[in-house]
Amino acid sequence: MMKCKKNIIIIVMISILVFSLGFGANAKAFRVAVIMPSSINDLAFSQSMYDAMVAIQEEMGKEEFQFVYSESMFVVADAAAAIRDYASEGYDLVIAHGSQYGSSLVEIAPDFPNTSFAWGTTVNTFSDQGITNIFAYEARSEEGGYVSGVLAAKLSQTGIIGVIGPIETGDAKLYVEGFKAGVLATKPDAQVNISWIGSFSDVALASEAAQTHINVGADVLTGTAQMVVGAIGVARQRGVLWFGTQADQTSLAPEVVVANQVYDWTVALKPMIQLVREGTRGGSAYVLTLANGGLKIVVNQEALVRKTIQDIIEGKIDIEL
Amino acid sequence: MEAIIIGVLKSAIRLTTPYLYASIGETIGQLSGVLNLGVDGVMLMGAFSAFFTVLKTGNLGLGLLVAIVVGGIFGLLIAFVNVTLKAQQGISGIGFYIFGLGLSSLLFRTMIGTVQTVSGFSPLSIPLLSNIPIVGEIFFRQNILVYGAFALVPISWFILNKTPLGLSIRAVGQHPEAADSLGVNIVRIRYLTVIFGGMLSGIAGASLSIALLNVFQQNLTNGMGFIAVALVYFGAWRPLSVLSGALLFSTVNAIQIWIQVKGINIPSDFTLMLPYIVTIVVLAAMAKRYVRPPKALNKPFERGE
Repeated sequence: MMKCKKNIIIIVMISILVFSLGFGANAKAFRVAVIMPSSINDLAFSQSMYDAMVAIQEEMGKEEFQFVYSESMFVVADAAAAIRDYASEGYDLVIAHGSQYGSSLVEIAPDFPNTSFAWGTTVNTFSDQGITNIFAYEARSEEGGYVSGVLAAKLSQTGIIGVIGPIETGDAKLYVEGFKAGVLATKPDAQVNISWIGSFSDVALASEAAQTHINVGADVLTGTAQMVVGAIGVARQRGVLWFGTQADQTSLAPEVVVANQVYDWTVALKPMIQLVREGTRGGSAYVLTLANGGLKIVVNQEALVRKTIQDIIEGKIDIEL
Repeated sequence: MEAIIIGVLKSAIRLTTPYLYASIGETIGQLSGVLNLGVDGVMLMGAFSAFFTVLKTGNLGLGLLVAIVVGGIFGLLIAFVNVTLKAQQGISGIGFYIFGLGLSSLLFRTMIGTVQTVSGFSPLSIPLLSNIPIVGEIFFRQNILVYGAFALVPISWFILNKTPLGLSIRAVGQHPEAADSLGVNIVRIRYLTVIFGGMLSGIAGASLSIALLNVFQQNLTNGMGFIAVALVYFGAWRPLSVLSGALLFSTVNAIQIWIQVKGINIPSDFTLMLPYIVTIVVLAAMAKRYVRPPKALNKPFERGE
């Protein structure tokens, strides 16, 4: 009986030892905290970062890479508090995913010299202010915008194309300008109407903007940021083509979404993580481009085929033989 | 020109709809003396529950009903906190807003997960009336929730001004002591108006998620509920004036969208301000005929005070 008890104690102690070793290995994992302005399932900006986190975790394994996030941080002051909390908890890398968080980072980063920070979309690492632990990342969204613009110009019958943007800044502005350039390079007499919603979240206004674009003759629409789901709904209802950006929006309206520019932030994050592990805390900026694979164009063949068939049936296309 | 006017006004009518439901509900509540700043939170709960029901069952009527029930339950909670527990109404309202915002986001995350679309109420042409040139196109080819919102204006006016119930509601909001001495059950009237207001806020949310937008996203209302409360003050607690305010705000909004789409060279930062500027200017111009709020607004009733 006594021996049995002794055995149990030994087994328990061994398992405690094994467990603590296991946790010891975990302590070496690379830990990332992300602060995002909207929700991780917004089919746009925040989701693109969340998807990148999941992809890196799948690649490196849960023992090697762990991440936590705070979403819907519309209020910059709340985001700043979260950034500071994560930094004090000893995360290896704290990502402030939004250009509105820049001024907070400048204040916080110097207080935590052993923590790395990253923010976007921008190329400003604040190294000119003597700060050495901030990375920056940006998407050259005008590149995918240009590709979509070329396609949009080819597909439009009326020659009128509508664009719905949130606020005239950051990657939204780049995307819209790239898209417009793509359209005009392909069809110089096309008309590109641009409307700004003044918010990243006003779904109702985005929906009415789409209605108005269609009312003035637009037969192809595009737009960027979270509130475009309202516009995609209108595009679907009124049978107008849609070009997405930031994330693959095909699932919202497979009949009308022609192509999406998708951000793959892993292209920026992987070298960043590598540098942090080697002891560099910041100072470099990463840019997603079509060339480095950070930007991808996901084409929805179904909408293209359907549109072409419809145009042939309605006599809008003359097949020259 | 004709097509432009039709487009802009159709847009305005659609945008007015959610405001109308929420503002009329809030008007009735405030007339009985209860200020509810939680409208936006209740709208979000209504929007989510309607959307979720339609996503799962495809039944639009059931979706609307669920939104009404959920809105009513929220109204009951708000009435309990404000009328029975006599909480400070401004503060508790903000609490209910944040609660509705958080709960609808949480439910959306756990029960739906990602942004999806549903087929909502489609436009319903009213026979004969929809054939009237211009007017028919603007007013009588909308979805059923739009008609409901506009019908609510004369109905609420009639109830408030021509029925004993309306008299009781207004008496409870103006002179609760006098009403009490005449045997009006103040607690019951206030519960009734706040629950009804909650139901209308629920429909306001549904009018977005299963009629106007056919989508649900976190914070879908984007603060519409607060504008609805402002419209109650703008409309001086009169349904017809609340309608005018909602129409003015929405029409200017529709015009500013059109200005941008047509590429008229005005900076978007300025056009986006237009609805707010015009509303404030009109409010200031009408300041002379300023109507006082119900005397007992924001005051819990204590018998024998």
